[in-house]
Amino acid sequence: MSAQHVEDRGLLRFLTCGSVDDGKSTLIGRLLFDTKAILADTLTAIERTSSKRGMTAVDLSLLTDGLQAEREQGITIDVAYRYFSTGTRKYIIADAPGHEQYTRNMVTAASTANLAIILIDARKGVLTQTRRHSYLTKLVGIPHVVVAVNKMDLVDYDQATYDKIVAEYKAFAEQIGLTDVRFIPLSALNGDMIVDRGERLDWYDGPTMIDILEAAPAAHTEQAESFRFPVQYVCRPQASDNPELHDYRGFMGRVESGEIKVGDSVTVLPNGLTTKVKDIQLYGESLPKAIHEQSVTLLLEDEIDISRGDMIVSSAEVPAQTKQVEAIVCWLSETPLSPARTYWLRHTTREVKAKVASITHRLDINTLDKEATTTLAMNDIARLHLKLAQPVFADNYTDSRATGAFILIDESTNNTVGAGMIVG
Amino acid sequence: MSTLTKQTLSHLDWLESEAIHIMREVAGQCSNPVLLFSGGKDSICMLRLAEKAFRPGKFPFPLMHIDTGHNYKEVVAFRDKRAAELGERLIVRSVEDSMKRGTVVLKHENESRNKHQSVTLLEAIEEFGFDACIGGARRDEEKARAKERIMSFRDEFGQWDPKNQRPELWNLYNARSHKGENIRAFPISNWTEMDVWQYIEREKLELPSIYFAHTRPVVMRSGAIVPVNVPLMNGELTNLPKAGEEIIDLQVRFRTVGDISCTAPVESDADNVEKIVLETATTTITERGATRLDDQTSEASMEQRKKEGYF
Repeated sequence: MSAQHVEDRGLLRFLTCGSVDDGKSTLIGRLLFDTKAILADTLTAIERTSSKRGMTAVDLSLLTDGLQAEREQGITIDVAYRYFSTGTRKYIIADAPGHEQYTRNMVTAASTANLAIILIDARKGVLTQTRRHSYLTKLVGIPHVVVAVNKMDLVDYDQATYDKIVAEYKAFAEQIGLTDVRFIPLSALNGDMIVDRGERLDWYDGPTMIDILEAAPAAHTEQAESFRFPVQYVCRPQASDNPELHDYRGFMGRVESGEIKVGDSVTVLPNGLTTKVKDIQLYGESLPKAIHEQSVTLLLEDEIDISRGDMIVSSAEVPAQTKQVEAIVCWLSETPLSPARTYWLRHTTREVKAKVASITHRLDINTLDKEATTTLAMNDIARLHLKLAQPVFADNYTDSRATGAFILIDESTNNTVGAGMIVG
Repeated sequence: MSTLTKQTLSHLDWLESEAIHIMREVAGQCSNPVLLFSGGKDSICMLRLAEKAFRPGKFPFPLMHIDTGHNYKEVVAFRDKRAAELGERLIVRSVEDSMKRGTVVLKHENESRNKHQSVTLLEAIEEFGFDACIGGARRDEEKARAKERIMSFRDEFGQWDPKNQRPELWNLYNARSHKGENIRAFPISNWTEMDVWQYIEREKLELPSIYFAHTRPVVMRSGAIVPVNVPLMNGELTNLPKAGEEIIDLQVRFRTVGDISCTAPVESDADNVEKIVLETATTTITERGATRLDDQTSEASMEQRKKEGYF
């Protein structure tokens, strides 16, 4: 690699959890500001607002103020997405509100993130909210966690305060099974340990926040995963002017798990037929292989009837075809779940009718206590059994995020009402 | 780098792959989608993404442009040329036809037609029965867009209700709609202006000439650079200078292209994509700020220019 060539470290999606009180907006504002993602005109606009509100310094939290309703209430309601780049890596921040009533938003933001920053106010330590965020992070399967002990400026940058919080959190993390957890003291307000180290945290010799983000693995998991290719669309250009294309049958989709090479043996679900990959194409080019998250077109050796909703998988690791699913479900809708009703269940590119067979228990996400229930309200999380009209090709969520997840859709309103993760 | 680290896509490949996935989901879930194509840089990227998503087949949707009648002729010519090269169907519906029908009424002759495009768009959606419109909007464009869904639901009146949007988890998109309702799909939601330029550079995409530095007559109006005497397709001139305004010839380029009445260029000598990528990396003004300069932002940019040696 030449010296001029800047290495592309890919793209990292991360989630920030905490409330306005923890300085979450200030942290995001600081990341955007210190990486020069904020431009002069935006800065001028927030300087004006800050001084109008009687503040002497620029309030970086204003950068993430979005909707009118949120400004009126001074809180964040919905997930917002922000972008910055360091030159070697692009970042997408999912900014999730911290309030209890917005569990569904945190689950939404977490579903696409590979790293979570959990903010703790150094004056307050580990709170119920911290536990809730950590548990949801674990539940949605975010592999990397950074615990940011913020507002160190308000505890005189005291190391003993920091150490106490770290010890308390470590014990809790072990209890819920969070494995990759890092800790960092910071002052988002003053910019200490975000991009620059500052001069007041000399006793901390670990990496800055941006160093942690730059070094984090971009892949969701370092484990080898089974090949999964849900078919989105079938390309059959019979009517083309080019006679060579008359027999063309391309299966279009994205590699949702694992990878695939030309010549690999694959099985097509639901019919169970086995064949080999003849070609992997993208825009007229043939590729020797396709990796996780790559959108391609597959051509197969044998003529097999395949349509949208089918799945092409590795013949060595075929997922279960099942009409019964056990899952952890987060309820997203203001209309409660009704066991009497039928919902659409969308799993990869497949849509099937589903009914609740039984609710095992609801989880109190603050205490992890299990409670009996017959329905679910918005923000509830429960373990339940579903029965399906047609089979899905299910993986355990912890083995494969994309083929272990589903959403539930209300048949009459078409709203997305539930988010599910397949277990067991 | 450790050899154990799993191979991942570069950031542009990842963004491209996500956009292709979203386009295929629209094609797979919706019965009658349309791709909005204006001839602008974002929609030019969208066409390349559609090629990558659906070739060697034809696009499973037509292209459509809502023409205000006040578009730069270079862009309109490019629009027609590109659609013809691709061999795809281009539908053009015009705000001027809505004006003739009386569904668009301008407050005065010179009012910007930009916001009236939505009336014409809704009329076209009804005319063709489209259940999804694929557009090139990005979340980095504006604060309110930061919360926009990739599949955004619009009611029968085409309205966006931020409080009534569907939660969007993993890459499971819900594009279901009832008759009359509509989905707006945004495959490049997660792209920034920089990503767009880097993609144009990588894919060697052709652009209308006005994206590159060129000299044109302008006036300075409330701190903004306003192009004047702009020729329309029919040869007529629009954006005439006001009495007393001094016309100067300035080297400029457009960062964004839309209705002539509300699109302002920036001063620039970037005459190729490589130079524009560099300029984008070092600019101090947002894309929207550059095209809609109000007094305060121009103070900041003027201050910056002075710091850099402007007299």
